[in-house]
Amino acid sequence: MTPAPSPFLPVLLLFLLALGVGAAILVVSGRILPGLLKPDNPQPAKLTPYECGAPPLQEGARRRYSVKFYLVAMLFILFDVEAAFLLPWAVQYKASLWTFWAMLSFLATLLVGYIYAWGKGALDWER
Amino acid sequence: MGTLRLDDSVMTTRLDSVVNWARKNSLWPLPFGTACCAIEFMSMMASRYDFSRFGAEALRFSPRQSDLLLVLGTVTNKQAPVLRQIYAQMAEPKWVVAVGVCASSGGMYRTYATLQGIDRVVPVDVYVPGCPPRPETMIHGVMELQKKITRESLSERKEHIERFYQSLARQEELQRAKGLSGFQTVREMVLEAGAQGGQQIW
Repeated sequence: MTPAPSPFLPVLLLFLLALGVGAAILVVSGRILPGLLKPDNPQPAKLTPYECGAPPLQEGARRRYSVKFYLVAMLFILFDVEAAFLLPWAVQYKASLWTFWAMLSFLATLLVGYIYAWGKGALDWER
Repeated sequence: MGTLRLDDSVMTTRLDSVVNWARKNSLWPLPFGTACCAIEFMSMMASRYDFSRFGAEALRFSPRQSDLLLVLGTVTNKQAPVLRQIYAQMAEPKWVVAVGVCASSGGMYRTYATLQGIDRVVPVDVYVPGCPPRPETMIHGVMELQKKITRESLSERKEHIERFYQSLARQEELQRAKGLSGFQTVREMVLEAGAQGGQQIW
């Protein structure tokens, strides 16, 4: 005796049918019909960018260019945080040696980062 | 119970007629407006004259989406390569209507700077007279174009456009070989055609 088919078999069939119909619509409308109907005559003039009939000045708008501001912005955040921390520290400064050296070590940490960025050429605008 | 007769239930036609019927009733105009004809053209597109009645509902300002080039106004020699490039970039099949005397023949601008008729550089289908023509005249011109589309064969139009692309390829070759600018090259080709007794470079 064969085992009874699962009651969810129609759901599987429906799913497969939906996939098949979707794929058929995509293939017919995207591949077969355009090949039969549309005129296909690629020409160099048609493939160049449209700039009101004038010859295009550069190869489209997809050229890569250097994003210069992000490094400046990151350096700004570095010193912004430093200044925001230094100000309340200076107001509350009680001439204790420990707080002095603590802040100096914090500044030294930031200075290392600054020297690193400088060495990497982050401050050179023309690159 | 009558018998089913094939003649009563089936219609036969030629592919040319069906396709051309669709083409003539779905023109997508691109205005190349350079002078006062373009002002009359605004009136033609607006509700009073309503050019949309003829199936040219959607006016496009990019050659990628249009197949009817309406040249509305004076075209100078410097604009000739621009006009050629725009015509080349349009979707196929495409037609050209020269609106007004300036586009048709240079009109009153019989000068060294003005192109004496755009048919020297692009294939024109219909010429509309007038300076500027009234909207009715333009509409009549496009209706004449629709009649022309009805009559033409599909391969004829294809070869017609192909000939233009050949002349464009020759233009680019000449430009590279002689190191001229775009408008100088077109001028050269027009003069060359004139020396051989012709006027058209396509």
